[in-house]
Amino acid sequence: MKTTFATLAVAAMIAVAAPASADLVVPNLSYRTGPFAAGGIPYADGFTDYFTLLNERDGGIGGEKVVVPECETAYNTEKGVECYEATKGQGALVYNPLSTGITYQLIPKVSADGISLYTPGYGRTSAANGKVFEWVFNYPANYWDGASVAVKHLLDENGGSLEGKTIALVYHNSAYGKEPIRTLTELSKKHGFKLTEIPVDSPGQEQKSQWLQIRREKPDYVLFWGWGVMNQVAVQEAGNIRFPMENMIGVWWSGSENDVTAAGAGANGYKSLAMHGTGMDYPVYADLKQYVQDAGKAAGAGDQVGSVLYSRGMYAAMVISEAIRKAQELAGTSAVNAAQVRDGFEALEITEERMAELGLPNFGQPFAASCEDHGGPGAGMIQQWDASAGKWNLITDFIAPDDEVLDALVLEDSAAYAAEAGLTERCN
Amino acid sequence: MLPDQILFALEVTLNGLMAGVMYALVALGFVLIFKASGIFNYAQGVLALFAALTLVGFQNGQIPFAHLINATFGTNLHTFGWTLPGIVAIALTAGVMVGLAWLIERLVLKHLVNQAPIILFMATIGLAYFLEGLGDVMWGADIKTLDVGLPQGISETVESATAALLGYGFFIDNLDIVATIVAVILVASLTIFSQYSKQGRALRAVADDHQAALSVGISLRFIWVLVWSIAGFVALVAGIMWGTKSGVQFSLSLIALKALPVLMLGGFTSIPGAIVGGLIIGVGEKLFEFTIGPMIGGATENWFAYVLALLFLVFRPQGLFGEKIIERV
Repeated sequence: MKTTFATLAVAAMIAVAAPASADLVVPNLSYRTGPFAAGGIPYADGFTDYFTLLNERDGGIGGEKVVVPECETAYNTEKGVECYEATKGQGALVYNPLSTGITYQLIPKVSADGISLYTPGYGRTSAANGKVFEWVFNYPANYWDGASVAVKHLLDENGGSLEGKTIALVYHNSAYGKEPIRTLTELSKKHGFKLTEIPVDSPGQEQKSQWLQIRREKPDYVLFWGWGVMNQVAVQEAGNIRFPMENMIGVWWSGSENDVTAAGAGANGYKSLAMHGTGMDYPVYADLKQYVQDAGKAAGAGDQVGSVLYSRGMYAAMVISEAIRKAQELAGTSAVNAAQVRDGFEALEITEERMAELGLPNFGQPFAASCEDHGGPGAGMIQQWDASAGKWNLITDFIAPDDEVLDALVLEDSAAYAAEAGLTERCN
Repeated sequence: MLPDQILFALEVTLNGLMAGVMYALVALGFVLIFKASGIFNYAQGVLALFAALTLVGFQNGQIPFAHLINATFGTNLHTFGWTLPGIVAIALTAGVMVGLAWLIERLVLKHLVNQAPIILFMATIGLAYFLEGLGDVMWGADIKTLDVGLPQGISETVESATAALLGYGFFIDNLDIVATIVAVILVASLTIFSQYSKQGRALRAVADDHQAALSVGISLRFIWVLVWSIAGFVALVAGIMWGTKSGVQFSLSLIALKALPVLMLGGFTSIPGAIVGGLIIGVGEKLFEFTIGPMIGGATENWFAYVLALLFLVFRPQGLFGEKIIERV
């Protein structure tokens, strides 16, 4: 009898916790604990808050409420896979794990299970090739785009030539950190600069050797691919050796407030890539305040609003919600399934007008996906840290990447994956 | 003038020595608890994190558990509205670490007297996870800037002196110089305390045998509170040094990984061993990265420290300064 009661109680709890069958389920594989929590928290808050806004202001998407079950990965790949397995049965429509390691593990799983994987600005770069990666989308930009945008910015600063210059790449010694090497190697051949690779082992709490090397070798520029504590220590050490901060450019994952505040005035002038706008001068923030924060429905402590990574989480949620809206339009029903949402991702077009309607004018680059193109235009901006004002300022418009170099690399890498996985190209 | 490569190697060696001191600061906490109680304290790194979080919390007047309180009662509390001077916040945090030591003794260690070392080790694993969570809930998981007035950045004195002397200005971080001075004072004080004070001798007696120590009237509970308090204070010092460099965040707890090879090399029971071990590891890993690193792709420091420690272990299993324990059946 006790067992029966216990079973009933558990069943009742599951019934309460599980989303209603018609809800749109978008799991949030977040990390609010562990060494990378400082980056994971604002992103997760922005992601969840945007869906809360849609639920509270618009009644959901197309009349369907969005449910965002959160699962803690601690940025650990095994836990990330566990979270995926634990939530996919709830009717999950799309995953956005904010981890390149987890993304690599999930690509074959989502392909087998028929669920979309959305990895804006991270993950496997060659997933931009929709002919091979049917279920993965990484628009509006990926790592290789980022590397190319940084080099183009340096070209602009040097009158169009980097001949004879030295660029050091300081990177997280992991799959994530190694991503830009291939692109930068090709670009170094094209533009005649010397590339020096300087790896830093995770977590990157101690980087004295690497920055002494930079002090000795005096590269003209440092490109920086870090995450977590590696970012704060690198910015601090760069300031310590008096490296000109305006000559150091981080990827967009090394360009949040977290990364520069610990170094104080020493971080002034540090640059990073940006794939979206910065600051709170966007109408959507007024709605977030009214319907989410002031209503006491904010995710987490509610103290991350407007930060770079909060904005990025919000942006990812905006793109996902637009893909779901597109799926509803294509399927002619509001209660869309995972396969229909994939179609929505593939047919998604985000125009400047649409972003303005959403309260995010000029926030991101307009793009239109297609069967072949899951990667978007890949443009990025450069932002620079003003330590005295305590804020990032955008100092360029969107800069397009060097597709002439990147397209060939994407095709080569995706073809290798297709051969390895025994996939036949689609979209023919 | 010396060739550039020699000058660079000298600079790397000096910085290795400084890094070694930073590792030793963490290793000291392990040694203290192991020496006094035979416990390998897995939670030492987390103690450093917890201490640094508490210090920043006090300094900035942050309300502990604010998020939990706000979520439960619908309030909007965040700070008390004060900012404390660094020294006051350090004193208050030291008090908290003593309180924590007392609680650990009352709630954990008291119940494990005379248990096998592995049981005590497992208890410290549990303690580490508990403190990690407690720190998060109390103070939040965001990165906090720690500023207690320690100087940072290149030492211009060293740079200009070496430039005048050798023709190449060495880089030494001012923070590392301060850490070295603090470490020397700490080690000297702890060695004197351990060797010459009544409590110090009692600590060593407890380490040898709990029952025997109890039978001669040593209060095991007092000794444990004392040693965990001292280890908590050492963790606070390590937390300040590392936290000043990178901001206070979860990763601080991972500095324990840097202390393990130091302990293996220096011995788990020797306070000077922690320093010497730290220096050897610091110099060894930096010189290896400088000379061999570029040939094999770099990022050698994390694993090389362990390889170096293992090499020493082959010849001295008890570490350089550890006690050779002979157990007869």
